[in-house]
Amino acid sequence: MTTAIETETLGKRYGRRWALTDCTLSIPGGRVVGLVGPNGAGKTTLLHLAVGLLQPSAGSISVLGGVPAAGPEQLARIGFLAQESPTYARLTVGQHLQMGQWLNPSWDTDFAAQRVAELGLDVGQRAGTLSGGQRAQLALTLAVAKRPELLVLDEPVAALDPLARREFLQTLMEVVAIHGVSVVLSSHLIADLERVCDYLVVLVAGRVALTGDVDELLACHHRLTGPRRDVSDLPGNQSVIEESHTEKQSTLLVRTTDPILDPAWTVTPVTLDDVVLAYMRQARDGGPRSTNHLAVAR
Amino acid sequence: MIEFHLDPSSGVATYLQLVQQVHQALQLGLLEPGDRLPTAQQVVASLAINPNTVLKAYRDLEREGLVRARPGLGTFVVGRLPRTDPAAQARFRRSMTSWLRSARDAGLSPDEIEAIYRTAFRDCFTEGVA
Repeated sequence: MTTAIETETLGKRYGRRWALTDCTLSIPGGRVVGLVGPNGAGKTTLLHLAVGLLQPSAGSISVLGGVPAAGPEQLARIGFLAQESPTYARLTVGQHLQMGQWLNPSWDTDFAAQRVAELGLDVGQRAGTLSGGQRAQLALTLAVAKRPELLVLDEPVAALDPLARREFLQTLMEVVAIHGVSVVLSSHLIADLERVCDYLVVLVAGRVALTGDVDELLACHHRLTGPRRDVSDLPGNQSVIEESHTEKQSTLLVRTTDPILDPAWTVTPVTLDDVVLAYMRQARDGGPRSTNHLAVAR
Repeated sequence: MIEFHLDPSSGVATYLQLVQQVHQALQLGLLEPGDRLPTAQQVVASLAINPNTVLKAYRDLEREGLVRARPGLGTFVVGRLPRTDPAAQARFRRSMTSWLRSARDAGLSPDEIEAIYRTAFRDCFTEGVA
């Protein structure tokens, strides 16, 4: 499988501010990749660089082995859905499909028509009068009907209510199952992505804080609770991502691929949310985070 | 045909939840050899999960010899899980109950007893998790 997105010390500067710094990534193809990070972390910047809406200020990026937006062929291989799922308010659903057909050489007319029928959309209705969920579904239909190899979705569900959000993700996952398209989608909420993503990239303040296969990330992180102790005497193969201590007890989030043998620890599994938040805090604060409740109490 | 469901707060990986649900259905006799599992597309459309997750679960089940994928037709149950002898179940339940009573009579609190049970359970089955 080819690499979906590959970056090498990629950076983007707006005036004096760096929105993305020293970003080196290799995102595999054939996956559903979640790009997570707080607002302003650089997610949209990275996605816009990937689809060629922005040019790098430093480093390089290649998408499906090509330069973003290098020519018609490269453009045809990538489907992009910008934030807020933009559509043309005064055009009807049918006119959107027609436009898609005119503009895209590999347009899948049958898929588009079938999808619109399944969604119960009226082809004569203007896009401006659709609900948020319907508009997002229409925009997704357009992006998928061009039959790209890679779908890039910027915060596709952020503005949707919970039901519309679930329905959007159901459609997206069906498309992945049928067409085997690679997907990169961003969100600031891990809960949106937990079910659908099998690969994760966490961006914090313009830098990559964590990246990897979701099942592997879950398997190698553990929460340890036990009698209070100094983390410096932990085995060398356990790296502490987050620690917090009370007078009597220590709670750690550690990364290790080896079993935890020390019987003093109670080991519990972590959720993806726990892992992502710990790395976000670590990246924000620089270095493993230590919360000492004793010191706070004084 | 069985229907899968997910418990997002369980901390158990999604593909493992699917595997466990097939195991349970086999143990309860809800699934028998010849039955078809839902297609990846059906599971994905109802749960909004990644198709790779479903395929990973089915591959695991195939490795265990419980199901077999027939290209173009679907994934079918081909194996059985040994259903434990009811007498053995009853015997272990009795010895567990007497162990719990003796722990309680020794002055241990329910929370302590549960912690001991969980730790011992984990020690016993750690290999199975990874």
